[in-house]
Amino acid sequence: MLRYRRPAPGTQPELLHPPYVSSIKRAPTQPLIQLPHTLSETTGPSFSKEVVPPKGFDLTRQHKGEPLGERIVVSGRLVDEDGRPVAHSLVEIWQANAAGRYLHKVDQHDAPLDPNFTGMGQTLTDEEGRYRFVTIRPGAYPWRNHYNAWRPRHIHFSVFGPAFATRLVTQMYFPGDPLLEFDPIYNSVPVESARKRLISIFDWATTTPEIALGFRFDIVLRGRNATPMER
Amino acid sequence: MSGETTPSQTVGPYFSIGLGWLNRCDLARGASGGERVTIRGRILDGEGQPVPDACLEIWQADAHGKYAQPENSQEKSPAQGFFGFGRMPTNDRGEFSFTTIKPGSVPGPDDRPQAPHLEISVFMRGLLRRLVTRLYFPNDPANPADHVLNLVPVGRRATLIARPLAEDPHILEWDIRLQGEHETVFFEC
Ligand SMILES: [Fe+3]
Repeated sequence: MLRYRRPAPGTQPELLHPPYVSSIKRAPTQPLIQLPHTLSETTGPSFSKEVVPPKGFDLTRQHKGEPLGERIVVSGRLVDEDGRPVAHSLVEIWQANAAGRYLHKVDQHDAPLDPNFTGMGQTLTDEEGRYRFVTIRPGAYPWRNHYNAWRPRHIHFSVFGPAFATRLVTQMYFPGDPLLEFDPIYNSVPVESARKRLISIFDWATTTPEIALGFRFDIVLRGRNATPMER
Repeated sequence: MSGETTPSQTVGPYFSIGLGWLNRCDLARGASGGERVTIRGRILDGEGQPVPDACLEIWQADAHGKYAQPENSQEKSPAQGFFGFGRMPTNDRGEFSFTTIKPGSVPGPDDRPQAPHLEISVFMRGLLRRLVTRLYFPNDPANPADHVLNLVPVGRRATLIARPLAEDPHILEWDIRLQGEHETVFFEC
């Protein structure tokens, strides 16, 4: 059986990252136990076309009117560490509206809701692992982690890949955002080159004339070892 | 190589916007046969406070130990219509509940059978990566030989095994404790 490779040191966040205050009471304190990969870890749910709403990729068409803000296209490829496309895989996103407000009862930020924007989308990758969303550039929003804390603009991404072991939830950021260097969530990834892979790239090929700026965000899932290991 | 795995980030407090559409807490739907069980519990933080903004995902085999997935190369065929995936949020009191069927045995290392178990991912604000754990079933004769349970220090194994209710053995209780004396065992998947 092919096992998934473990991440290189420092390329994933530590569970306990004290600058992110919520991690202090929620991160486990005991060392994690390395789980050998069996069929339970190398299989995972695969979602069919029937499950995913056909218009799920377009967050600007879920209501009667057009949402306010800067329309953008976010697209990219889902690949594994060896560059192989991850086809027909579910991608889910959620985000704040252009004013930095989520459509959620817990969000008390004093910014307007947009009756034409829910901020959720879902799609399947194609044969080449490509996905594409049409949405609104989300606003920055304040949070109470520390004095004058503001989250950089971001879109939450959830992807499954082929196995339980490849499940990944992450956030996509925007190039040139001045808030990135102050954000404890972004900076929870120790290695800078790994962290920077969370920042999308402005992309002319994705930019649609007269319609929307385009951002490319490729997502890399774990690769597999061909050699038997960890008995 | 096209680079390393994209780093994980927290789901934050508002994940229900994006993840709620796929909530399913009846995993037994579509299963043919198998012992029906309800599993319920709470998620508690380091101060023993319930966590009202968490989300669980379950992945499991059917009653014959077969995963509903093309890559599953076992010769057993999956029970028709059984999916094996569930997702459910905790409520305001930090509680979750789902119904499923007890899975069969799945092969482990060296093709030795594993004890019936559910694979579980835990997501919440404050977790920069998902937590991975397993849920095992009480008094299963295969538990003592299970290779994963045997990787866990003896004193902590009980955190992975659900407890039957005295008045209804088909209701199992299983709490997730993020920290503290009875901290649940979590795995590096
Ligand atoms: Fe957010």
